[in-house]
Amino acid sequence: MTETQNTVEFTPERLAKAKEIIARYPEGKQKSALLPLLHVAQEQWGWLSPEVMDYVARMLDIQPIEVYEVATFYTMFHMDPVGKHVIEYCRTGPCCLMGGEEVYAYLKQKLGIDAGETTADGLFTLKEVECLAACGMGPVFQIREKYYTHLTNERVDEIINELSK
Amino acid sequence: MGKKILLEHINVPGIETFDVYRKQGGYTAVEKAIKTMTPDEVVEEVKKSGVRGRGGAGFPMGMKWSFLAKPEGVPRYLVCNADESEPGTFKDHYLMKHIPHLLIEGMIVSSFALGANKSFIYVRGELMYVIYILERAIEEAKAKGFLGKNILGSGYDLELIVQPGGGAYICGEETALLESLEGKRGNPRNKPPFPAVKGLYQSPTVVNNVESIATTPWIINNGGDAYAAVGISRSTGTKLISASGHIKKPGVYEIELGVPVEEFIYSDEWCGGIRDGHYLKAVVAGGSSVPILPANLILKLANNEPRLMTYESLSDGGFQTGTMLGSGGFIVFDETACIVRNTWNFSRFYHHESCGQCSPCREGTGWMEKVLHRIEHGHGHMHDIDLLVDVARKIEGNTICPLGDAAAWPVASAIRHFREEFEWHVTHPQEATQPGAVYKGEMALV
Ligand SMILES: NC(=O)C1=CN([C@@H]2O[C@H](COP(=O)(O)OP(=O)(O)OC[C@H]3O[C@@H](n4cnc5c(N)ncnc54)[C@H](O)[C@@H]3O)[C@@H](O)[C@H]2O)C=CC1
Ligand SMILES: Cc1cc2nc3c(=O)[nH]c(=O)nc-3n(C[C@H](O)[C@H](O)[C@H](O)COP(=O)(O)O)c2cc1C
Ligand code: SF4
Ligand code: FES
Repeated sequence: MTETQNTVEFTPERLAKAKEIIARYPEGKQKSALLPLLHVAQEQWGWLSPEVMDYVARMLDIQPIEVYEVATFYTMFHMDPVGKHVIEYCRTGPCCLMGGEEVYAYLKQKLGIDAGETTADGLFTLKEVECLAACGMGPVFQIREKYYTHLTNERVDEIINELSK
Repeated sequence: MGKKILLEHINVPGIETFDVYRKQGGYTAVEKAIKTMTPDEVVEEVKKSGVRGRGGAGFPMGMKWSFLAKPEGVPRYLVCNADESEPGTFKDHYLMKHIPHLLIEGMIVSSFALGANKSFIYVRGELMYVIYILERAIEEAKAKGFLGKNILGSGYDLELIVQPGGGAYICGEETALLESLEGKRGNPRNKPPFPAVKGLYQSPTVVNNVESIATTPWIINNGGDAYAAVGISRSTGTKLISASGHIKKPGVYEIELGVPVEEFIYSDEWCGGIRDGHYLKAVVAGGSSVPILPANLILKLANNEPRLMTYESLSDGGFQTGTMLGSGGFIVFDETACIVRNTWNFSRFYHHESCGQCSPCREGTGWMEKVLHRIEHGHGHMHDIDLLVDVARKIEGNTICPLGDAAAWPVASAIRHFREEFEWHVTHPQEATQPGAVYKGEMALV
């Protein structure tokens, strides 16, 4: 893959944050900043395009491939454009014991999409994830930093209606 | 009420702030350690406490600390494992969210003991909001002189860095975590060398779980002997248990090690019993990786004595009739739970999370998931059940890291204890694939 042109840039606040992050590792170990920077990038652009990953590579003075191989290893990073709200739904055992599968079926029906898809209006993308370390409050899904716990069909209605406004 | 070491102040309003935490006696362990003790004396107290690693493996913390190599002129690191991704485990999440300063104080005491000047807390990336809570707590501690340069005028410097993961269970394995912290894919390294010799940036490193590190302030304040007096024999102290599933009160509980399992499940102080109208079928006592046990075996030992919540008692009987305390992810199943479906669900998890480095794990987890899917969905054959046992056996012990074992044990144990349930799925595909269908045979009822 040939390297892309510099077409993207962090906002000034994020650039300052990125510099702060890079500076906290020992001399010569700046590659440690990679995951934190990818989070900052995803926060800004919603997903990690090749341009964005190349930008991060330049910032850390590493090869673009070093960024691609890492970004694709970790499930939190989106390699394709996503909707405004990415719903990351826990599909693991303990949540299923609390009715997670039934609520999930309802959510899919309500949104009219399957895992990995985005609604036609671009509002919601649905992703299945594994245990979110909130099993005592299951069923659970996450949208960005926020956890939505104790899900029921009614709660799903409330949340989706609220976010659709 | 049982003894509380970690969560004593959890319900104090504002305990997440420095001031309230300090008023409850917080940061006195930092003062005591830094002003009146040498690093070796701190290590000695932790050794005396007998506290064992709370991340799951149960390795004695003081012993691990004393194994830390100390070559001249090479930095040493402390890395806190806050990856918490074992299904059924949510205690570290709870602790960091509600009482972040306990972890920060523990990090300062532990870093001082190990001679680390830069320490890391690696938190799974999904818990970004917890990362912000920790960063705020660090800022507060720094403003009060408990972190940064020349802590309390002692000449000791410490910087704490909170590092986010990216969503990968394998990064909870300590060497994968270190790779991830170096900005790489989370592929586990071969051990030995242990991190204590070659860890972060090839330097000597101690990796400890959140809960392990959070015990150190109490140990320093009260002494290692006082800690060792809590609990039973080699299971000293208290343990956070994440209780989930078909119980009345799911949540995080601090128990003194040694509470009978039966009391933990049925007492109102803890789980509050099985939800109304239902009864206990099975328990996964230590996170998804440990063997599942049917009701009779989890409550009683082979000699009919009550099974206790300790490392030793839970593993009594080996894999024939026992399990493990692991990370303390206590998942309870009542009679409505389908063991086959749950086993398939867990095997899908391990297949999804295998890093793919070793073929027995990469291929074996995929194979087990496929066969279990087939049985669960009514297309299984009788010989599939033995095939699963065989695949599990071939993974076990043949991989770089224990994720392979963790994938094999739930399958092997489910078949060991609930074989009839698997057979019923094969012989009654139509019934078994009805929504919510569960085998009602004798064995499942114990
Ligand atoms: N909390 C969670 O979310 C999860 C926990 N686990 C637990 O993890 C456990 C396996 O973890 P491992 O780290 O592979 O176990 P391990 O037994 O290899 O090591 C345990 C700890 O002791 C240290 N250690 C052991 N021998 C040593 C020596 N000779 N010198 C210096 N240090 C030494 C290791 O570095 C490590 O920190 C499982 O038992 C499982 O219960 C597994 C999955 C998830
Ligand atoms: C697949 C796998 C995942 C693990 N996940 C975690 C984890 O999320 N948190 C944790 O503390 N330890 C986890 N461990 C155990 C660590 O490798 C290590 O033993 C632990 O962090 C050491 O800390 P402790 O001695 O304080 O328990 C995991 C181990 C394996 C094999
Ligand atoms: S056992 Fe599985 S997760 Fe562990 S190193 Fe091998 S392939 Fe990776
Ligand atoms: S199983 Fe859903 S949060 Fe743990």
